[in-house]
Amino acid sequence: MSNSRFTRRGLLKTSAAMGAGLAMPTIFTSAASAFTNDPTGSTVKIGFNVPQTGPYADEGLDELRAQELAVAHINGEGDGGMLNTFSSKALDGTGILGKKVEFVTGDTQTKSDAARASAKSMIEKDQVVMINGGSSSGVAIAVQGLCQEAGIIFMAGLTHSNDTTGKDRKANGFRHFFNAYMSGAALAPVLKNAYGSDRRAYHLTADYTWGWTQEESLVASTEGIGWETVNTVKTPVGAGDFSSYIAPVLSSGADVLVLNHYGGDMINSLTQAVQFGLRDKMVNGKQFEIVVPLYSELMAAGAGENIKGVYGSMNWNWQLTDEGTAAFVKSFGEKYGRPPSNSAHTCYVQTLLYADAVTRGGSFNPCSVGEALEDFEFDGLGNGPTLYRGADHQCFKDVLVMKGAENPTNQYDTLEVVEITPRAQVEYPSNHPMFGGDEASLGTCNPGA
Amino acid sequence: MLGLNRKDTTFLIIVVLLTLFTPFLMQPFSEGSAMAQFNGGYPDLMAKVAIFGIFAMGFNILFGLTGYLSFGHAAFLGVGSYSAVWMFKLLTLNVFPAIILAVIIGGVFSLVIGYISLRRSGIYFSILTLAMAEMSYRLAYSVLTPITNGETGLQVRATDPRIFDGEGAADYPNLFGLELSTSQKWEVLGHVFTFNVGYYFCALIAIVMFYLSMRIFRSPFGLILRATKSNQQRLSYTGLSTRPYALAAFVISGMYAGLAGGLLAAMDPLAGAERMVWTASGEVVIMTILGGAGTLLGPVLGAGAIKYLENIFSKINENVLHEWFHFMPEWLADPIVFILSRFTGEGWHLTLGLMFMAVVIFLPGGLIEGGQRIANRFRKKPPEDDDAEHHPKAAPHVAE
Repeated sequence: MSNSRFTRRGLLKTSAAMGAGLAMPTIFTSAASAFTNDPTGSTVKIGFNVPQTGPYADEGLDELRAQELAVAHINGEGDGGMLNTFSSKALDGTGILGKKVEFVTGDTQTKSDAARASAKSMIEKDQVVMINGGSSSGVAIAVQGLCQEAGIIFMAGLTHSNDTTGKDRKANGFRHFFNAYMSGAALAPVLKNAYGSDRRAYHLTADYTWGWTQEESLVASTEGIGWETVNTVKTPVGAGDFSSYIAPVLSSGADVLVLNHYGGDMINSLTQAVQFGLRDKMVNGKQFEIVVPLYSELMAAGAGENIKGVYGSMNWNWQLTDEGTAAFVKSFGEKYGRPPSNSAHTCYVQTLLYADAVTRGGSFNPCSVGEALEDFEFDGLGNGPTLYRGADHQCFKDVLVMKGAENPTNQYDTLEVVEITPRAQVEYPSNHPMFGGDEASLGTCNPGA
Repeated sequence: MLGLNRKDTTFLIIVVLLTLFTPFLMQPFSEGSAMAQFNGGYPDLMAKVAIFGIFAMGFNILFGLTGYLSFGHAAFLGVGSYSAVWMFKLLTLNVFPAIILAVIIGGVFSLVIGYISLRRSGIYFSILTLAMAEMSYRLAYSVLTPITNGETGLQVRATDPRIFDGEGAADYPNLFGLELSTSQKWEVLGHVFTFNVGYYFCALIAIVMFYLSMRIFRSPFGLILRATKSNQQRLSYTGLSTRPYALAAFVISGMYAGLAGGLLAAMDPLAGAERMVWTASGEVVIMTILGGAGTLLGPVLGAGAIKYLENIFSKINENVLHEWFHFMPEWLADPIVFILSRFTGEGWHLTLGLMFMAVVIFLPGGLIEGGQRIANRFRKKPPEDDDAEHHPKAAPHVAE
């Protein structure tokens, strides 16, 4: 049983011992370093944190292929890919600042918790100076916050939510990918031409940051061309069965269904909407239509026949004809035997942009990298002239409006480019209300240590 | 000392020393050596081991002592995290209010769930707790989105009110200004040891919690809990109502879980609903059984083993394996890598499953029993008495 004998002496002894034990680690002093994970050897490590399991695994694995290719090109292996067409010539194929680039990979599982654990182990155990990746805005925002805290650079991969460079923007985080606002701005004129200005839209929206901001953006831009929003319904992520959400669409009097879904969810909801016969219906004397604002090649392949004629938008597509795209598609194709996806492209470009910024700034210090990237104008990376805006760390470039191909000739050209929306049309001020308004701020760059 | 007998005091001191020297113990290989892959002495992993150790210790007070198998403990971990992050957002980034609220909310939540679930025992109790936890998880994902921020997860923002934090207060979770992420590195003989404030904070709390659970194990209250496990009916016949005792154990373990959730949020200020999903509840059951249910140190060992596997084994992907077997001819290396890669990287769950099966079949008392068997082999004991009938029975199998 318990024998409570608290004596003064006993207590003193215990607390002295504990105190000494706790004080011990503070005796050691660390080697002073200007920033987190300052690479001292002949190599530098970067981390690729992508979903390798779970619903976005396909996107993640394609990103990983592109990242490996980027590292090979930076180290001077292979044919150099986009390094040959990139407008900045700072990189010479000898690694970054003379250090050979090594990489570690992690699995985000498309879960914020797992992604942060994996990113933390990269930072603390593998001592990476930069993390690239993320195939979900929830994950990207979570990892971006972590990198800001730890004092390393986060180069976002596939993340389309306005919040990533909106109200959750961070000084250490950078996004090359386009966002929901840009999708809305690019799609609206095309939709107006195709379907007219007298339409009634019904939104089904994935219930998290990306879905919310995309819905907000699309509602605003379609109402801007005279459409009416009948209803907006949030659906749980990974629901699998959307029939209970699709059935009410028919009786609502809507004649356009906007699916703010991604990945497996979009494949399921689109397939079920088509099975319900929505696209064969005539409502208000007009043909019923479906719009999928954010497309990807892998989703298009998954949805198969159902995607024919459905409008959407993309950041980049391998069918573009500029020389940067051609160089990238060639070296990716030679190595992996398939064209790269939209998300693979953005991760590849982000890795090159990071390496270039370190070289131009002359240091791996996140603050120097940030300075080199802010308001940086470049070309030759597949999207035409591009600006990395300093105020919110968002890239501005042309946006592609896509349509499901009517007659695909092979398994990779399931989508066709309808229009290349010029950059001027998708620009917005950095204090736009959809991006956190005047309150949103990057904070200050954090070099850690 | 501290109300413990000599044996327990020694035990406690050993645990304290083990905890303090974890940064050395988990970092046995020098940097750059081929084995550096297996080093686990980085702050995030060490802190996770301490935190999940607390979680499993609490679970063990319920499962190890009363035998009530709860399949919903992750719910308390989750609400602990959410309440801690809300404290960060509303009051201050100092961790104390956050952790205190996490424990209180964990306790209140477990009181409600425990009151309902403990009306049944055995498998029905397990199912009820599982249902409650799954319900909490679904709620966090759907109708409670304004509180939990749904799939995105609850995070600290620069625009949060944080009414107790003045100008110039630390921007990250801290102990009265000392940030938990502060680390000291000590490089010696090619080894790099990291001493992290957050880890030592978690470790200190883990030691206090270990002491508390030791006192509970040795108390009359603990004895009644054990009696509940061995024969609840007989205990009722003696005129003792067991339900209040079981409920108390349930609430205590819920508070342990809330504390663990609060610490998780303190180490990394983000709370996501995935923490409450039923596999997370299953994980703590596995931790406890793997280490040894009903023993003091077992659950902590189990938590350490699982977190180590999860973080280290899952990083050994095919590329790493190919590097290891580089010296072999390709026709030999490829099949070996193919087979091994099923058990490492994404396949680490398979390794865990096999380990769990082996432990349950061959070491019903968990890793602790393994340690005891090894110790007994070296300790020269008098030969066992054959008169089995007059001996106390061996501890029953955990699954019984």
